[in-house]
Amino acid sequence: MIIAVASGKGGTGKTTVAVNLARSLAGPVHLFDCDVEEPNANLFLHGAVERTDEVTLPVPAVDAAKCNGCNECGRLCQYHAIASFGSQALVFSELCHGCGGCMLVCPRGAITETPRRIGVLETARSGDITIVTGRIDVGVAFAPPLIRAVKGRIGSGVTAILDAPPGTSCPVIATVTGADAVILVTEPTPFGLHDLTLAVETVRELGVPFGVVVNRVGMGDGRVHAYCAKEGIPVLLDIPDDRRIAEAYSSGRLLVEALPEYRTLFTGLWQAVGELAAKKGRATEVAR
Amino acid sequence: MKIACTTTGNGLQSPVDPRFGRAQRLIIVDTDTDAFTVVDNAAGAAAAQGAGIQAAEAVVRAGAVALISGHIGPKAFRALRASGVKMYTTDAPTVEEAVKRFKAGSLTEAKSADVNGHW
Repeated sequence: MIIAVASGKGGTGKTTVAVNLARSLAGPVHLFDCDVEEPNANLFLHGAVERTDEVTLPVPAVDAAKCNGCNECGRLCQYHAIASFGSQALVFSELCHGCGGCMLVCPRGAITETPRRIGVLETARSGDITIVTGRIDVGVAFAPPLIRAVKGRIGSGVTAILDAPPGTSCPVIATVTGADAVILVTEPTPFGLHDLTLAVETVRELGVPFGVVVNRVGMGDGRVHAYCAKEGIPVLLDIPDDRRIAEAYSSGRLLVEALPEYRTLFTGLWQAVGELAAKKGRATEVAR
Repeated sequence: MKIACTTTGNGLQSPVDPRFGRAQRLIIVDTDTDAFTVVDNAAGAAAAQGAGIQAAEAVVRAGAVALISGHIGPKAFRALRASGVKMYTTDAPTVEEAVKRFKAGSLTEAKSADVNGHW
């Protein structure tokens, strides 16, 4: 079962939900930190990093002896990562998304691929939790290839939690695609509601079952709950607006450990997401 | 010969756009007749990445042998150098003044990018 934790708005509590959910499962669980531009899940789990692997993207290299400057590659590349300017093709590897198309269209076989490092995968362990963190290199402008590398570590049959980046753009799509259920974390504020509606539209488009966790309930207003009721979206969990939760968070502690009275919230959340994921299974059966 | 100059406007009296890749338009001037055409660069101006390369392609496509702009970034510099287009940076207020300085030979040819990407 693969559970993605996403949100529209940043700072609503995705990582809080992801790490506490991971700690609340009796048995082994894998947590994948897909927020590769600012991974932070292991700050709360304190797992010792056991291995670090480089992630590379295949970028083109042009054989000067073969290239005649026809610019077939430049016409294909939508990112201007390779182009001929009446000269041999020039490569701007920092713009390359690694699709390999230029190599395929080159009529003279002048293009080969060479690896370009974009970041690392760190594997750490904390009790029953295996944490795989993607960490993008400074200056690398797009995250999806590294997110796909993180997700490439999801073994079959494991219970996986994906901590997504905020927003609704490509890195979020790359994270959520293929999940069995999505938890959308929001807060009961106008800003939280606004970005929740964007996230809902995105996840609906992807066809993954989802529910909402409302964090810091007690502040703000009731519009998030009213919206969910109107849209028929299950509210999986309300996390109260409790100053002690923020205090635990700010010192890198898990809520379920610092405040054991909240443990049942997360065991209940497992139950709820399990039901959501089962819904996807049923939908797939109907589709067959 | 044809030269290209970045601009925020539509004619020779218009200001020089200090940006190259994200310039609003390019004016292509025939230095023999002073006739000019305007090339829109809206796609480049809105590009998240690779604006300089896109604008360099437009310069080459227009048949210009020289480019005048306020500044020039690293990717555009590589692309234009590969195509043999000479590059000049200027603080001239208008396209007309920039072209006049070019014709008088008072512009200095850029030998490297003078700004970083996304400056």
